[in-house]
Amino acid sequence: MSILKTRLRTLKEKYWPLIKSLQTGLLILTGLAGFMSARCPMDSWQMMLALIASLFFSISGSTILNMWYDRDIDARMKRTCTRPLPSGKVSPRNALVLGLIISGIGVGIALLMNLWFGVVIFAGLFFDVVVYTIWLKRRTHWSIIWGGISGGMPILAGRVLGLGHFDWIGIALALAILFWIPTHILTFNIRRSEDYASAGIPTFPARFGKKATRKIIAFSSIIAALAMGVAAYGIGMTIGYLRIMIVLSSGLLLLAVSGMIHSNERINFGLFKYASLYMLSSMLLVMAEGI
Amino acid sequence: MISAEIAIKKITVLDRVLLLITGLLAGYQVGFGIEGLATLPVISYTIAFGVLLVAGLLIIIMGFEILDESSVAIISTLIPLGMSLGLVAECLTEWSSGYLVFVILGFVSVLLTRLFMPKKVGVIVLALVHAVSGMIIFLLPVTLGFMGQATRGFALVGVGGALMGVGGLLLSFLKSGRPLLSRNIILTILPGLLLTMTILFILGFSIR
Repeated sequence: MSILKTRLRTLKEKYWPLIKSLQTGLLILTGLAGFMSARCPMDSWQMMLALIASLFFSISGSTILNMWYDRDIDARMKRTCTRPLPSGKVSPRNALVLGLIISGIGVGIALLMNLWFGVVIFAGLFFDVVVYTIWLKRRTHWSIIWGGISGGMPILAGRVLGLGHFDWIGIALALAILFWIPTHILTFNIRRSEDYASAGIPTFPARFGKKATRKIIAFSSIIAALAMGVAAYGIGMTIGYLRIMIVLSSGLLLLAVSGMIHSNERINFGLFKYASLYMLSSMLLVMAEGI
Repeated sequence: MISAEIAIKKITVLDRVLLLITGLLAGYQVGFGIEGLATLPVISYTIAFGVLLVAGLLIIIMGFEILDESSVAIISTLIPLGMSLGLVAECLTEWSSGYLVFVILGFVSVLLTRLFMPKKVGVIVLALVHAVSGMIIFLLPVTLGFMGQATRGFALVGVGGALMGVGGLLLSFLKSGRPLLSRNIILTILPGLLLTMTILFILGFSIR
C-alpha cells in the first residue's frame, strides 16, 4: 500500500506539472460556460462528465505536447527551467507518448459525443500544438494570435455541443477569449523579456517596445470586454446578470483606458490580473444563467 | 510623502477576504437587490454598488497603493452620489430631476477641480459634494423610518451612510496631510468598515 502511495506521489510530482493545472482548469471552465450558454442545464451528469473529461484530456494533452516540443527553450528560461522536462524529471519520450495518448483520448471522447464538437476540439489542439508551438512561436511575434484562437476553441466547442451547430454567439464568446489571451501572454512577455530574449523567442515588446505593447494589451482587453458583452446580450442574459457584467466590464474598460493614457508596469499588471478575474467572473455568470 | 507612507501598509489575507465579501455583496445588490425599481434608482444604485464592487476588486488586486491614484477620489465620489440619487429618486420622486442636476454638476465639478484647479479648491468642492450626498444618505432613510413611511429597518441604510461618511472623512484628512488616525490604523480598519457599510446598506434596502 505504501509503495503504491509513493508511486502515486511520484507520478503526481513528476507528471502533474506537465498539464499547467490552473490554465487547464480555466479553459475547462470556459468550455462548460460555452455549453451552458446554450441553455443546457446539468440535467445529465453523464454528459457533463464526458464533456469535462474530453476537455481535460485534450487540453492537458496539448499542453504536454507543447512542453515536449518547447523543452529546449524552457531550459533557457528562468521561469520554466524547473519544469519536469528541462529539469530531467520526465524523459522526452515519456512526455511525447503521454501527450499523444491523452490528446487521442480527449479527441476520441469528443468525436463520440458529437462530430462537430470533436472537430472543434481537434482544431483547438491542432492550432495550439502544430500551428502555434511548432510552426510559428519561434518565427514570429504574431504567433500569439494562433495561441488566442486555440484558447478560444474550448468555449466554442462547448457551445457547439450544446446547440449541435455553430452560431454567432459561439464565435463572439471565442473572440472574447481570443482577445483576452494576449493580455496574459504579452504581460509575461514584458515581465520576462530577458528570458524570452535569451530563448530567442520573438515577442511584441522586443519588436515594438514595452510602451506600445502595454497599449496593445489595453486595446485587446477592451475588445475582449466588448465581445463578451455582445455574447452575453446574444445569450439573452437576464437583466440582473447583465448589470453585473456591465459593472465588471466598466472596471476593465477604466483600467484599460488608464493603461493606455498612463502606460506603466503597475497599471499593466493590475489590468492583467483584473482581466483574468473578469473572464473568470464572466464564465461563472454565463454558467449561473444556464442553471 | 503621503503616497509613500500609505504604501507602508501591505494588504493582508484578512483584508482581501473582507474586500472579497464586500465585492460579492455589492455584486449581489447590483444583480438582484434592486429588482422592480424605476429606471433612475436602478441606474443610480447600479453605479454606487458597481463602484464599490470594482473598488473592492481593485484593492484586492493592486493593494492599498491604488488609493494613491488621483482618479480614485474622483471615481469614489460616484458611490455617495449614486446612492443619494437612488434614494431621492425612490423616496422623493418630485425632487429627483433637481437632484439629478446637482449630481451631474457635482461630479463634473469634482472632476474639473481635481484635474485643473489648485488642490485646495478641489478639496473644498469634493467636501461640499460629499457633505450634501452624505447627509441625504444618512438623514433620508432614518427620517422615513422613524416617520413610519418606511420600515424602521430602512434606517440601517442611514447608518451605512454614516459609516461611509466616516470612511470618507478619514481618507480625505489622510490625503490632505492632517490624518485623524495614523495611516496604518485607517488602512487596517478600511476593509472592515467597507464590509459593515455594505452589509448595512443591503439589510436596509432588503427590509425597507
